[in-house]
Parts: sequence; structure tokens; C-alpha cells
Amino acid sequence: MSTMSALHTHGGHAAPLAGAAPSDNYLTDGYTWKSWLLTVDHKRIGLLYLVSVTAFFMIGMAAAGLIRYNLVTPSGMLTPDQYNKVFTAHGIVMVFLFLVPVVPGVLGNFLIPITIGARDLAFPRLNLLSWYLYMAGAFCACWALLSGGVDTGWTLYPPYSTRSQTNVAPVAIGIFIAGFSSILTGLNIVVTVHRMRAPGMTWFRLPLFVWAMYATSLIMLLATPVLAVTVVLLAVERIAQVGIFDPALGGDPLLFQHMFWFYSHPAVYIMILPGMGIISEVITCFSRKNIFGYKAIAWSSVGIAVVGFLVWGHHMFVAGQGYYSALVFSLLSMFVAVPSAIKVFNWTATLYKGSISFQAPMLYALGFIALFTIGGVTGLFLSTLGTDRHLHDTYFVIAHFHFTMVGGMVMAYFAGIHFWWPKITGKMYSDFWSRIAAILMCVGFFMTFIPQFVLGYLGMPRRYHAYPPEFAVLNVLSSAGSTVLGLGYLFPFTYLIHSLFYGKPAGDNPWGATGLEWRTTSPPPTQNFHHTLVSTEMPYEYSLPNAPKPTFSYATASGEPVKEEKANVH
Amino acid sequence: MFIANIPLLPERGCEQAAQVDYLFYFISAVTGAGTALVFVLLAFMCSRYRKQREGEQTPRILGSHKLEIFWSAVPLVLFLVMFAWGVVVFDQGFDVPSEAPEIFVVGKQWMWKIQHPNGVREINEMHLLINQPVKVTLISEDVIHCYGIPAFRDKIDVLPNRYVTTWYQPNKAGKYQLYCDQLCGVGHSQMIGWIHVMEKDDYDLWYNGKRPKIDDGPTDGSLAWEGRKLFLKLQCASCHSAKGRAPILEGLYGSTVPLRGGGTVKVNDGYIRESILLPMAKVHEGWAPIMPTFANQLADKSLDLTQEEALIRLIAYIKTLGPGQTPTRTDKFPAPIGAETDPSKLGEKK
Repeated sequence: MSTMSALHTHGGHAAPLAGAAPSDNYLTDGYTWKSWLLTVDHKRIGLLYLVSVTAFFMIGMAAAGLIRYNLVTPSGMLTPDQYNKVFTAHGIVMVFLFLVPVVPGVLGNFLIPITIGARDLAFPRLNLLSWYLYMAGAFCACWALLSGGVDTGWTLYPPYSTRSQTNVAPVAIGIFIAGFSSILTGLNIVVTVHRMRAPGMTWFRLPLFVWAMYATSLIMLLATPVLAVTVVLLAVERIAQVGIFDPALGGDPLLFQHMFWFYSHPAVYIMILPGMGIISEVITCFSRKNIFGYKAIAWSSVGIAVVGFLVWGHHMFVAGQGYYSALVFSLLSMFVAVPSAIKVFNWTATLYKGSISFQAPMLYALGFIALFTIGGVTGLFLSTLGTDRHLHDTYFVIAHFHFTMVGGMVMAYFAGIHFWWPKITGKMYSDFWSRIAAILMCVGFFMTFIPQFVLGYLGMPRRYHAYPPEFAVLNVLSSAGSTVLGLGYLFPFTYLIHSLFYGKPAGDNPWGATGLEWRTTSPPPTQNFHHTLVSTEMPYEYSLPNAPKPTFSYATASGEPVKEEKANVH
Repeated sequence: MFIANIPLLPERGCEQAAQVDYLFYFISAVTGAGTALVFVLLAFMCSRYRKQREGEQTPRILGSHKLEIFWSAVPLVLFLVMFAWGVVVFDQGFDVPSEAPEIFVVGKQWMWKIQHPNGVREINEMHLLINQPVKVTLISEDVIHCYGIPAFRDKIDVLPNRYVTTWYQPNKAGKYQLYCDQLCGVGHSQMIGWIHVMEKDDYDLWYNGKRPKIDDGPTDGSLAWEGRKLFLKLQCASCHSAKGRAPILEGLYGSTVPLRGGGTVKVNDGYIRESILLPMAKVHEGWAPIMPTFANQLADKSLDLTQEEALIRLIAYIKTLGPGQTPTRTDKFPAPIGAETDPSKLGEKK
């Protein structure tokens, strides 16, 4: 490891370039609006995404709150029309404006270049264009959802969506535009990973987060165009009355479902794969262990990306697709479940004989594994033909995908944000409140969604504004849980902003993590590194004697990185 | 006190429901055990290996091929068992007994309209005889609906422009909830109803009591008879008769007919429906493509009869047409607009 030590110092500040002030970082490199809105720095663009996805997350949460508010009584608190518009807004905002762009946009942008030792993404201007496309699509969709709304559900199934009198076309156009943002981000990441790795950074030295983002980007590149085609056809049918999906005009509604799910099933892997990548980073760091089964986890990401393209028909078992299609899609869905199981077992095995500490990122990551496991296994009930016939379109489905998307993906996102926040901002957040928030989210999540599994097996259909009174108790439980969950989400919003102003300086490598991003200053300079880095080892070498050690301790309230001298002693 | 009242399983109204439940228990047991294993391992690792002091050295463990293969293969085998069992249960939904009477369901925003073989019509209620298998054929008048009955563990999307079928054999008398499970607009959550499974005596009473008033000749009030009335009213026999300009429909159902331009088609409900609405789509070989479409002419508001319901009646009648049973044209109903009415040109005897 002497090569590596010669090129950088572990644990502490990398030596700044001569003459550069310590405060010289990407955040202080210009304060004007223009320096933010026309930036081509991937880190600043990452922050633009952070602010915008957070705003859309809030909108989606408000809609979720209205959904749970409506369902506290069997007869419903809103009107049926309002309710249809609220859950449609919740779905469209959360899926297209939050879950899909959140990790690629925020953490992918910020981290991909730094973790592979590059100075920026391959196409910095294209990256800025991605953000503008995302914002344009988002404003188009949000305008349509807020000024009159859409009542078709996020799935936009025709012929209902062809005939609905609501703002379907503007939403379709918004999704279309935002889709291009996804495609360009995917392209940028794929090219960056192929072409811009630091010397020595071979494929099998890439952090697993990069592998996951690479697999995600392939899906974004290959699947999103199909969504674009689909929504354009839908808009054409509505505007020009050309028969494509509506049988009354000579179309076929199942064609839409096939095209829609050809994108939207792989899209759930766009959402979850980056989360899985984050977990591999966090689990290793906080257990001070090498990842168990690096190649198994790396290839399982690729496996999910490939097989994920072949299972879309499991959304259509009772929708009228052919019997043999149903058989094949059910079988393939069983295969796509295996790589996820492999990952869960590998993460668990990573903890073996570790030295585990429980700061907030680790709590979120453990929460992810627990919730994602439940989300994953409940998917088996739905990919099995015999049980899906009963469970399809019930609350069981709702509970299942919220366990994977919210319990899984959102928890992983929070794990990532908490893990890299010191790197992004240079500041440390409250230990106490961040742990409380992680626990609160887990508890609130269980309370909200466990009752929905029961409701689903009892047969309560999705998207019901009113429901039979015997479902009231479980619905009230779920709504009560959602208030706890909502409260949990407000906590990080508060203490993370607080940390920007009052947080203690984090130091370059507060957690003692091994990735290249921790070898530069916090926050990083605009050029990411003060000198070119060379990668000489596998990621996650926490067990080697010269591995970086944590430099930040919550125990000392000094506000300064501690044990600086000790950490530098190897 | 509330908790005791929460049911954990929906009622079971048929054998199929029990089959689904057994499969559900199996998957629950396997996944429950798997999840418990992960949770226990996590809890064990987190307590046993929690950090004792700063700078602890950990062993450098990179993985194990044997373990990877083990924990890939075992889940895969279990998943494949679920798949296979699932297929067996799923298949039972397709094995319609051939003697099962057929009930027709039309979904429209926002109600279910049901027609029994004897012509009885119901809205949002379906009465079934206990232990009697029934075939259910469904179609939508407008957007996609979904006919779901939790007590039967059965659900099927109801599409416009296409017949889908399922079947039930209820084995327990009772009243079971019926839902629409596919978002269909503002009234989606109101598109619910009841399935009444009745004992023989009760059912007979209901069935006979509901029999429609007979007002037109020697009728039996059945769905096919209603179809016959439409057949006459629409003057179908003007062309579809022994010497007409269109193929005779006797014994046609279930046969395979050659198509103009090549190919064949099996005459089923879907083909007859298509031929009435889009006569040019698949023209019988040897006949001129002269039939006008009957789309948008079949609904009858005065009878609260939708187009799809009328089509179902016509199909029910055409199915029953045996040799020599085609009725002659009657003057009781006016011919459709544009249809030929001169008897000499229709090949009828004076």
C-alpha cells in the first residue's frame, strides 16, 4: 500500500495546492445566480437536483397526506373527483419527478466523477441540459396536476385516459420532456464510467455504487425512449383522435399496457438499483469490512437490469394477455427475484465479524435491508399466478411497492444523503436527531403499510375513494402511521438545513471511509481533486492496517475534526 | 375491542378460494421464514459485532463462492415451486365445465349489468345457485373495468371490444362483495355490488319470480328469445336466409369458416360480435362484402338496453339456430335504413 500512501494522506486533509485557501471549494466558487444556474460543475448540478427533487418530494408527500386523510372514514373526506386527482398527482410526482431522478440526479451527479477519480462527467453541458429538461418537464406536469388535475392514475391506462376530460395531454408532455432528462443523464453516466476512470480504477475496483449507477443508466437509456413513444402516442390519440389505444377509435388498450410496462417495470429498477449501490457503500463503512461477494453484487446489478426488461407482463396477468404470456412472465419474474436475494444475503454476511457502529447512515441502511426484504418477498405473492389473480389491483400491491420504493429506495436515499452530507457540505448534522429520524421513519412506515397487506388480502381495491365499513379500522391505523412517517420525513429537512449554518466542520473523511471521494477536501474543490489520484486496490479495504480511520467523533463537542494526529499514524 | 373485529382472511365462497389460500399460506410460510432468517441474522450481527473500541481490526473476508451458489440456488428452487404451484391454481380458472350455463356481464360507467340465460337482468347483483358451475362472459361498454370477487379469489379485467371469460362454482350460500378493481372514473368506488349464492329452493323462487313478463307469442323469455326479437327487428333474416345474399347462420356457431382473401376463422362470440359491428373485417369467402355496420344502432334507451347487452342477446340467439330455424322476415318491424325491402329481390316466396 506504499504507492497509495505516497499519493495521498489517509484520513485527514489532502494537502491543498500551494496558495489555495482551505475555503476554496465548489460552494464558494461564485455566489451569483448565474454561477449556479449556468454552472457545468457536476457537484453544483447535483445540488440543483437536490433542491428541486426535495421540493417535488414535498408536493408528493402533501398529496400522500391528502390520500390518507380521505381514507380515515369509509365514505371519504374528499369528493371522488378530488380523490382521483390527488392520488394521480401523488403517483406522477413521486415516480417521475422524485424516485426516478433522485439518486442519479443528486448523488449520481455529485459522486460518480469523484468516486472514479474524474474531474467531471463526460458531458458537463449536457448534464446542465438534463437538469433544465427535468425542470421543464416537471413544471409542465405540475402545472397540469395543480391547475385542474388529472384523474387517470399515474398509469394513464386508455381508453379511460383517452376520454378523460382532465389535463392528460400536458402531463404526458411533461413526462415526455422529463424522460429526455433521464436519457441524457443515463448517457452521461455510461460514457463517464467507460471513459473517465482514474488510472488504476479497473472495472472490478469500481465502488458498487458506481456499478449500480451504471446498470441503472443502461436501463434509463434503453427503456425511457419507449415511455416517450408511449406518451406521445397517447397525446396524439387524445389531440388528433387517431385510433391507437382506444377500441372506439380502432385501437387496442392492451398495446398501451405492454408499452407502458415495458418502461415502467424496468423503471422500478431505475429507482431501486441506485439505492442498493448506496447500501453497499454504507454497510461496509460502518462495519469496517470488505464487502462480502463483490462480484456477486456487481453482476447481480447487471442481472437485474437485463432480466428486468423481460418481466413487464407480470403487471397484466388478469388484464387479458395470453395464457402462455402469463406463464412466461411469471417464470421470468421468479428469476429476477434471485439477484435481489443475493444482495440481501451478501450485505448481511458483510456484517459478520465486523466492528459495527450505528450512526444515522447505518441505521437508514439497516432499515433499508429490513424493509426491502419484506418488499421483495411480498413481490413473490404477486409474481405467482395463482395468488396474483386475487391480489392484483388491491392494497396488497400498494403495500408491496411502497415497501420497495419507500421503505427501500427512500430509506437508501436518506442513508446516502446522511453518508455523503459531510462531503457535500463539509458540515456534520445532529447525531441524536438523525438517529431519532431514522427510527421514526421505520416505525411510521411499518404502521402505515403493514395494515395495507391485510386490507389487500381482504380484497380492498386500489384507488377507492370510499370503502366498505369493515375496512375502517385498518385504514385508520394506516393513516395514523402515515402521520408518524410524515413527521419522520420533516426531521432531516430541519436538522440538515440547521447543520448548514450551525453544523460542526466534518473534516475530509469523518467516517474513515475508503472511496476516492473521501481523499479530497470537504467540500471538494471545483476540480474535485488537488492532484490526480491513482487507484491501487479493491474498494472497501477496511480490514487493512492502513485503512483510513474515522476522524469525527460526536462525543467531543469541539466542532473540530478530532484525532487528526492519531488518524494519520499508520 | 376493535382488533377482535378485524378479519384477517376474506370469506371463502368456493373451492377455488381455498386453493388460493393454501398457496398463499405456503408462500407466506416460505417468505416468512426467509425474512425471519434475515432479521435474526441482522440482529445477531448487530449485537454480537457492535464496535467495542476505536480502531478495532476486522478480518479481511472477501466472500465465498459456495455460499453465493447456496443462497442463489435455494431461493431459486423455492421460487420455482411457487411458480409451478401458482400455475396449477391459475389453470383452474380456465377449466370451465362444458355444461356450465353462461351468464353475461356488461360493465359500464358505473354499474354492472348482468343477464342470465333465461333473460333475467340484474344490475350490480348476481344471483348464483350453490354448487352449480357457471361460465361468466364479460365485456365493457366503455373503459376498462375489472370484475373482482374476493370471496371467490377471482378477478378479471373487463375490456371494451373483447369478450373475456371466467367461471365459478360457489359452494357456500351467502352474500359476497363484488368490486370494480380497475380505475374507471369518478364512480369507480361506487361500481360495487353483491354476489348472492343461494340454496336450490331459494334460487328457484328467485329465478322464477324474476322471469320477465311474456308478451310476444310463444316465448320462453330467455336471453336467446330476446335475441330472436332483435334478430327480427333488425331484419337480419332479410339477407341471412336460405336464398339471401348473406350466409345462413344455422349451425354456424363453433364451425370454422373460410375467409375472403385467405385464412379461416372459428365462429365464436368474438367473431359474431365483430361481424355485426365491423362486417368488413372478416368476410365469409364466397359472399359479397355488402353488410352494413350495426354499430350505434343496437342500444335501446326505452328498454335500458346498451349496445353490448343487445349484442350478447343476438349472439345467444345465433348460437341456438339449428337447421331450418331461421325465421322469415316479418313486416312487424321496419327494415333498417337503407336495407332492401322488396320481397322479390330478397328471394322470398310471394
